Amino acid sequence: MLKLFRLLRSYRGVIFIVMILALAQSLGSLLLPRLMSNIVDDGIVKGDQGAILRFGGFMLFTSILSTGCAIAGSFYSARIATGFGRIVRGAIFARASHFSIHQFEGIGAASLVTRTTNDTTQVQQMLIMMLTIVILAPMMAIGGIILALSQDAELAWVLIIVMPIMGLVFFFIMRGAVPLSTAMQGKIDRINLVLGESLGGVRVIRAFDRGERQRARFDAANIDLTNTAISVNRLIAVLMPALFLMLNLTSVAIIWVGSHRIDAAVMQVGAMIASLQYAMQILFAVFMVTAMFVMLPRASSSAKRINEVLELRPDIADPAVPVPVNGSVKRGQIEFQNVTFRYPGAEEPALTSASFTAEPGQVTAIVGGTGSGKSTLIGLIPRFYDVESGRVLIDGMDVRDLKLTDLRGRIGFVPQQAKLFTGTVTTNLRYGRETASDSELQHAATVAQAMDFVAKMPEQFSSQISQGGINLSGGQKQRLAIARALVRKPDVYVFDDSFSALDFATDAKLRAALRGETANATVIVVAQRVSTVIDADRIVVMDDGQIVGIGAHDELLKTSEVYREIVESQIPLEEVAS
Amino acid sequence: MSPAGRNQNGPIAAPPPPRPIFGPGPMAGLGMPTQKAKNFKGTLRRLLGYLQPHRLALTVVIVTGCIGTVFSVLGPKILGRATTMIFEGYVAKRMHVPGGGIDFAGVGKILLGLIGLYLISSTFQYLMQFLMARIAQRTVYTMRQEVEAKFDRLPLKFFDSRTRGEVMSRAVNDMDSIGSTLQQNLTQLLTSVLTLIGVITMMLTISWILTIVIFLTLPLSIALVMRIAKRSQKFFVQQQAALSALNGHVAEMYGGHTIVTAFGHEKKSIETFDALNETYYNGAWRAQFVSGIIMPTTMFVGNLGFVMVAVIGGVLVTRRAIAIGDVQAFIQYGRQFSMPITQLSGIANMIQLTIVAAERVFELLDEPEETPDAAEAVVISNPRGAVQFDEVSFRYKSDEPLIEDLTLDVAPGQMIAIVGPTGAGKTTLVNLLMRFYDVDKGAICVDGVDIRRMKRGALRRMFGMVLQDTWLFSGTIRENIAYGGDRADHEALMHAARMAHADHFIRTLPEAYDTPINEEASNLSQGQKQLLTIARAFLADPAVLILDEATSSVDTRTEVLIQRAMAELMRGRTTFVIAHRLSTIRNADLILMLEHGRIVERGTHQELLAANGHYADLYNSQFASRAAMTT
Repeated sequence: MLKLFRLLRSYRGVIFIVMILALAQSLGSLLLPRLMSNIVDDGIVKGDQGAILRFGGFMLFTSILSTGCAIAGSFYSARIATGFGRIVRGAIFARASHFSIHQFEGIGAASLVTRTTNDTTQVQQMLIMMLTIVILAPMMAIGGIILALSQDAELAWVLIIVMPIMGLVFFFIMRGAVPLSTAMQGKIDRINLVLGESLGGVRVIRAFDRGERQRARFDAANIDLTNTAISVNRLIAVLMPALFLMLNLTSVAIIWVGSHRIDAAVMQVGAMIASLQYAMQILFAVFMVTAMFVMLPRASSSAKRINEVLELRPDIADPAVPVPVNGSVKRGQIEFQNVTFRYPGAEEPALTSASFTAEPGQVTAIVGGTGSGKSTLIGLIPRFYDVESGRVLIDGMDVRDLKLTDLRGRIGFVPQQAKLFTGTVTTNLRYGRETASDSELQHAATVAQAMDFVAKMPEQFSSQISQGGINLSGGQKQRLAIARALVRKPDVYVFDDSFSALDFATDAKLRAALRGETANATVIVVAQRVSTVIDADRIVVMDDGQIVGIGAHDELLKTSEVYREIVESQIPLEEVAS
Repeated sequence: MSPAGRNQNGPIAAPPPPRPIFGPGPMAGLGMPTQKAKNFKGTLRRLLGYLQPHRLALTVVIVTGCIGTVFSVLGPKILGRATTMIFEGYVAKRMHVPGGGIDFAGVGKILLGLIGLYLISSTFQYLMQFLMARIAQRTVYTMRQEVEAKFDRLPLKFFDSRTRGEVMSRAVNDMDSIGSTLQQNLTQLLTSVLTLIGVITMMLTISWILTIVIFLTLPLSIALVMRIAKRSQKFFVQQQAALSALNGHVAEMYGGHTIVTAFGHEKKSIETFDALNETYYNGAWRAQFVSGIIMPTTMFVGNLGFVMVAVIGGVLVTRRAIAIGDVQAFIQYGRQFSMPITQLSGIANMIQLTIVAAERVFELLDEPEETPDAAEAVVISNPRGAVQFDEVSFRYKSDEPLIEDLTLDVAPGQMIAIVGPTGAGKTTLVNLLMRFYDVDKGAICVDGVDIRRMKRGALRRMFGMVLQDTWLFSGTIRENIAYGGDRADHEALMHAARMAHADHFIRTLPEAYDTPINEEASNLSQGQKQLLTIARAFLADPAVLILDEATSSVDTRTEVLIQRAMAELMRGRTTFVIAHRLSTIRNADLILMLEHGRIVERGTHQELLAANGHYADLYNSQFASRAAMTT
């Protein structure tokens, strides 16, 4: 958490102001009993009503001042804490945006969302708490002791002794409760897991008539959680009565000690009554700190998760000295030279000594079973990953020597799962290239066979696409994703199994239209369908991370055992008729 | 296996903010926008009904709460008496009254009594919370059990028409809210009300003038807080809107990270984020600030009362109208007075929210259930696997006909191939055969018995399913395979695994059959998972099989194994196959050609080719060209 608070640097001055305000606020609160003791000692004891009114006026003035400070403090701490939240959130988002695909998947999109939103809010709430409540406790304690000392040293000792005792009691309760509540969180997760299984697997549970067993699992988790929750709450239940007991016993002690001091004429009655107030105020301030300790475990685990993100450096970044893009050599040739790649931590490489060249104006198809390394291979072109050894070249330049924006600007990538964004059809297509004209967008949509259904949408190109494109079919999304890549007019097209959701006829039409559009570009296609691959200029056959054959369809049928197997086994009948 | 994949494939949603375990402070709930319950009274009554079994314990809670509170309310008054005694002694001594001086014995007696009083008060307050912990948690436990049991009785339709997150949020988050409210707010309500009454009574016994003074501050405090709360509500709404826009952007950009990266849109996405972040900040700090004023304001009003009591009380003491100790007691009461009031307004808000949560849980519990199993269920002891569809009609939506008057007669051991695009077709078949959904018209019979006359569990045990969507749970490999059979012995289990060609890969795992499968089953490949489900089916030894031949996402070698295992599994069993293979179709006793989930053609391979319809088109476009390719 402290590490995270370094991001507060720009607020240093304001934090200082908040501290001053808090000090003023606590002094104001503490002065009230002091003034009241004057009312007693100078007014009541001496029967001077003028003094009573005068000190009453002072009290009113003090309390207005103190409230003013509190409000100002609240203003600044609101700005600091929410501002801090903004900084942290922004930092996480900016960092996560630059993570490589691998890093991103390592943490997981859902977890990153939680870290950016909920975890940040947790930490922000914690900071608010510290700035408005926690900060008061030490001020109150110190100020209160000073004031008590100034009235009577002997009596002040009561306070000085009580405070650490209170701290200890509090410490012991929390020492028991914090691990318990952590354990409880684990048990809540467990019950969620079982419940999630019940919901997600409802068919299988019923198919195997396993409702009872599932219920037993749930019951066990439920009992476990319930018992822990009871223990936690019982322990927490000690807190309030214990603190109040100590507060009350302190009052008794003050009265007892005070009575002797008064009898000895070293102290006045007003001072004794004031001391009761000090005790109450100090102990309440300390008590408020307990609220922080309640939040602390959760906030600090949030902070830990946030730090994990902020400490992770994007492992794929621009080179220190990027090679400038030379306009004249722009062609789009892609060459793999002896490329070996291994996912971090994996024993076996996902790709071993892969070498091939994809020429401009040609279609290079990549085929192979799942897990054979096809997607890994094409992911190396836009540098979703970096090679372990060997080189990936674009027009003879190592992709790692180019600026990322230059490199990726030349690639039109169509992913396996078409992902669209909230906005209109137009904004989604312009994602490919911001400067594209309307007619270019229409042309791309026509080529991608998307014109038909876009024309049928209520507002054509201005139609809204809701989050993730849930109002479109899989095939429609794929066609828009292809159009998006076309809008980019890249030198290199990479299609990662992007025709899978299209029906047979559309697939054929689309490929025919694409031929004309991509005549001068390098086209790399990962495909499952043999029909998609059959016309490619060059087919690269992958098996188990290795290239086991390169050639045209007819040639490979004769020379490659693996290719023959694939052709024979992968007749995706189911997709034809939709 | 979820039909149309609705359950799992939704966009990533930001989870709801967690609620602290220890519950909110006294100020929580103030100024936040509230939701309205649809039927507050009814829901409250029903919720209280759950406390019924704990009546006795609750009575004890109330009694201990009363004792604890009454004793703590008495404290200041008695403490004040000690102060008065000291004061009088002190004054007498100053006036040199003979025998004057502080009566230490008297003071000591009072203080000792006080210590006893406080000890009792704290003990009873602790007891109250202690007992309440069990009541609250056991109540939530019961409700959770009910929800889980309810899931068992809900028709599949319920699960298919809702996202998992929606159901989870009711079963988990709403339940949590109920739990914390029962734990904290009920007792708080009790003690706050009692304290309020007690304090007012005590104050009145001391001085009605001072009581009126304190009471005058009350409307001021309420008016101020209401004003602030109203303003902050506006900001909270603003903040909430900005937050959901922000969260939406985050979820979407993270969900599409690959595309954002591939198209180099990081900068633009960050710019959009920064703008949203700024908007959120502008709402958030205002909301925070305005709600942050509430505490100083109430404190100020409290201090105002304090000052007035000190001044007026002081004047009254000089006029001998009241004793000094009473002023001291009054100041303490004045402080105790405002606390339950702020607490009560917070509690009111929390209870409101809890009723909304309870309402959502009860809605779940009130969902219509499946028709219960027939009372005198027919038991088929040795199922042969004959399946008949007798003029079956079925539709998911009343206005979209799906299956109309389908009649089918499948003899034991026959193979039915289902051909056509993915989608609702095969799911519907599974839904009907396994009686996840009931037919609208007609009947489905197994071995001549209408499946509605059997126990669902017994019916389902006659079927084995091997689908692409394998469902494994966190547990060991052994447990996952045995899911198909009760207490299978090791030999039978291994035999099933061997038959499924799964034995070999299982043995290469670190702990073989006892290797745990983790939450997402990510330590197994897709193909291995499929082999496990085949092993599961072998062990269960069902009379009828439902198979999906699709093996996408499986490497070629494993695929061969899966095919072989499936072929063995099918032997001698009635089988419905979602067919992807030429050989399967050719060998099928009957082919059902599906389009958009509806059966458009039926017949054997030869018959359908001769009919020259959809099937023939499909066959010619795909298999004929494939025949050309391989030659």
